[in-house]
Amino acid sequence: MLEVFIFATLNGLVTGLLLFMLASGLTLIFSMMGVLNFAHASFYMLGAYVAYSISVHLGFWTGLILAPLLVGMLGALVERYALRRVHQAGHVAELVFTFGLAFLIEEAVQFFWGPDTKNYQSPDLLDFPLFTLFGQEFSAYRGFMIAISVAIFVGLYYVLTRSRVGLIIQAAITHPHTVANLGHNVPLIFMGVFGVGTALAGLAGVIAGPVLTTFPGMALVLGSIVFVIVVIGGLGSLEGAFIASLMIGLLQSYAIASDLGVPDLLSWLGLEFARDHPLNDLWTLTLPQIAPILPFLLLVLVLIFRPTGLMGNREQ
Amino acid sequence: MTLLSLRQVHKNFGETAIIRGVDLNIEAGERHAIIGPNGAGKSTLFHLISGLHHVSSGEIRFKGEEIQDKPPYEISRLGMARSFQVTNIFARLNVFENIRCALLWPEGLRYSFWHLLGRQDPLNEKTLAVLEQIGLADKMHYPAGELAYAQQRALELGIAIASGAEMILLDEPVAGMSHSEAEQAVDLIRRVTQDKTLIMVEHDMNIVFEVADRISVLVYGEIIASDTPAAIRANPKVQEAYLGEVVSGA
Amino acid sequence: MIQRVAIWLSYLGALLLLPLFFDSVLAISIFNQMAIAIVFALSYNMLLGQGGMLSFGHAVYFGLGGFLAVHALVMIEFETVYFSVVLIPLVGGLIGLLAAVFIGSFSTHKAGTVFAMISLGIGELIAASSLIFVGFFGGEAGVSGDRTYGPPFFGIEFLRDVEVYYLAAFWVFLATLFMYLFTQTPAGRMANAVRDNPERAEFIGYSARRVRYISFCAAGFFAGVAGGLFALNYEFITEENLNAATSGRVLLMAYIGGLGYFIGPIIGAVILTLMNSLLSNFTDLWMLYLGILFVLTVLFLPRGFAGFIMMHQVAWIRGKLTTLAIPYLLTGIPAGVFAAAVIAMVEMSHSESDAFNFLGLSLDPGGALSWLLMLVLASASLFATRSSLPQLRAAWEGANSLPGDETE
Repeated sequence: MLEVFIFATLNGLVTGLLLFMLASGLTLIFSMMGVLNFAHASFYMLGAYVAYSISVHLGFWTGLILAPLLVGMLGALVERYALRRVHQAGHVAELVFTFGLAFLIEEAVQFFWGPDTKNYQSPDLLDFPLFTLFGQEFSAYRGFMIAISVAIFVGLYYVLTRSRVGLIIQAAITHPHTVANLGHNVPLIFMGVFGVGTALAGLAGVIAGPVLTTFPGMALVLGSIVFVIVVIGGLGSLEGAFIASLMIGLLQSYAIASDLGVPDLLSWLGLEFARDHPLNDLWTLTLPQIAPILPFLLLVLVLIFRPTGLMGNREQ
Repeated sequence: MTLLSLRQVHKNFGETAIIRGVDLNIEAGERHAIIGPNGAGKSTLFHLISGLHHVSSGEIRFKGEEIQDKPPYEISRLGMARSFQVTNIFARLNVFENIRCALLWPEGLRYSFWHLLGRQDPLNEKTLAVLEQIGLADKMHYPAGELAYAQQRALELGIAIASGAEMILLDEPVAGMSHSEAEQAVDLIRRVTQDKTLIMVEHDMNIVFEVADRISVLVYGEIIASDTPAAIRANPKVQEAYLGEVVSGA
Repeated sequence: MIQRVAIWLSYLGALLLLPLFFDSVLAISIFNQMAIAIVFALSYNMLLGQGGMLSFGHAVYFGLGGFLAVHALVMIEFETVYFSVVLIPLVGGLIGLLAAVFIGSFSTHKAGTVFAMISLGIGELIAASSLIFVGFFGGEAGVSGDRTYGPPFFGIEFLRDVEVYYLAAFWVFLATLFMYLFTQTPAGRMANAVRDNPERAEFIGYSARRVRYISFCAAGFFAGVAGGLFALNYEFITEENLNAATSGRVLLMAYIGGLGYFIGPIIGAVILTLMNSLLSNFTDLWMLYLGILFVLTVLFLPRGFAGFIMMHQVAWIRGKLTTLAIPYLLTGIPAGVFAAAVIAMVEMSHSESDAFNFLGLSLDPGGALSWLLMLVLASASLFATRSSLPQLRAAWEGANSLPGDETE
């Protein structure tokens, strides 16, 4: 029991931190520009694919560095030449545009890399068990994922709180209009933030690709969950996004690891239903089965009872 | 007869007290102006009366009914209409539809999805009459968002008065207008608010003294005086707090 | 008034006469798909175009309506219930309405991002649940029925596709008419007002939430009708019909067609159905082209195809539409050549065969000549398009300006 719990916690931590790497970029972009970027997870997928292509020729480590840069540059171009144009038409148009972009990127990935799963491998260097607990191994690569994520957050935190650019960004989050009046080049900052945000998503893709498999549906799998996180955490709140990421990561991990279900509940209550009961599917439901829908259930509940999210302070 | 009364109305935003114990009575048929320096809480007071914000404590009665906890649409149905300081119209609908929408509820059409608007002759005639009144009949097919500023202000006013509400709240109706535009607007306000009860917030003292027959002075969330224009002009407290500088500057 | 009746009569006429001109099996099946898509896209427009509610989960109402409709077909088959299958779309509609009545009671509180996110969450929730509750949704395989077992309707048993088409055409006409009439009622007009300015709507007596709720329920009903038509036409339905992909597709249809106009979603539904069924025969990249088309539409034609047509209203009224014909050709022809050359190169890079026929040209993906030809063609036509833009702009301004404007 304890070993299950410990490994579920570790796996949940890995997922949660990975989710936060995506959610942090999405939150930064939203706070600055008011755009909820539907295509954010698509940049994550691009990161994985680009890194895969690089790793085939130049190895994993080159991909780790180059792929996020390339993805970030693409993101900056998208902001400069498309998003800025749509921005004038309002938030709904922006949301629709990023939705279309997500659709297009998925199709483009299939065009360039084909519809099948890519054999994107973690580097040999990290191909050993970091430690063994109760006879189960925890791979070094997962430890590396945790290390990278934590390093990124420390770096991001440092930049946001200590550097001049970070202070401007923080000011722009709380007082979007005054920053422009102070003479800062807001469009350039927007482009930069969008680029950095998408680069972060790309980096998440690079390190997640080998573990979560690199296939054209990977953006779809994670995309809506990242959305859920930034909404549950409270739109525009980095702390909220952090808490929500870990919460969702752990929740899903525990749900998958547990073998509890409605049958246990029923037997605890002393109830029993015949196998051919029309609601048999309901009576035999188990937690691992509903793990994928838990984030969405949480999202709907949060939005109904606390539309601003856990840590949020703005509604729209 | 007292149409609207406020008793010990308080409003705090967080720690900050914006309205600090306002008592106010408005008689039916009165033309009441609320003046005061910037940040005195005039717009907040309007928001409280019309239901956009809710009081922190205190009581607001309209026609004898407590309204401080009601949403705007219920207060509106009781016969109170208002305009906004920042133009607040239905930008993508045309001018005609803007006014017609304001008439739907008073005409008893409610949420109906079984009446066709084109068949509602009294409704459409009233809409045209309001358009004539506010001088926008020739612009009725234009999208409201494409009108010139002064025309949008006229439409803003039109939406407020269309329903024929007994009480009309106007929040700086001539803000941002040129002198001649403002004069026309005041003419319009006089015409369309005949036999109605009017409360208005206005910065232009000439207009206030021209239109109002009672004036309340709001300073830092408190009403320091409420009287006839002549008495307000003579009130030393008011002059000190507010009027003095404006009158000498005018 | 006469003009309006004429438009509706020609719509009815088109619906009735289409199968007489195109009577192949393929054509009828495309028309059936179109009919379903039109009702679905129009119902989506009630939300986004008329009511300002961006939904990422509209397929829920389509799918639930469709599932119940298939179950109803099964019940008719086993004589659990007794009614004609012509009423099946109504079954779907009522289920869609029921789902919307429930979900809308908490999701229409706010429009904007909050509404969009709730719709996304509900959509994912129901799509995921449909894979868990196999008894009702049939898992990956879905559920199927048979429309021909019901009591014959005036001797028609709906064995042939064309019979189904006329049934669908009847429902499409009715649904279109009622959705149009809805826009002309107080509830429909206030939906526009709340879309534009929910705050002000509250000060003229209307609860913005209640107004949205009514539109939402109506949209759910008509989405369910579309789902019922789907069930009747295909006689089966799967989880795919209520998941995010279907929700996305209806957004694409309505947006490409033009949200602000009643006819927009109809245009979008027709275009997308044609692309889906015709283009997919020629290339397996059609989804890529659809994505490009969609993104370009959002960027350059934010009001869709219908908006593009309506842009010419001023020029038409002033009788200057003909002055635009030549400039349009001067820009349109090179732009079309550019698009064709780019598509040719995309297809060449994707092609696994040796050579293929493209618009009458034989292209060889392995040969340098084909590539060179297309590259030259693309760059030349791009250059020609770009240099033709100033004359187009001038012509456009000429056609849209008042006679006195030049002096300003």
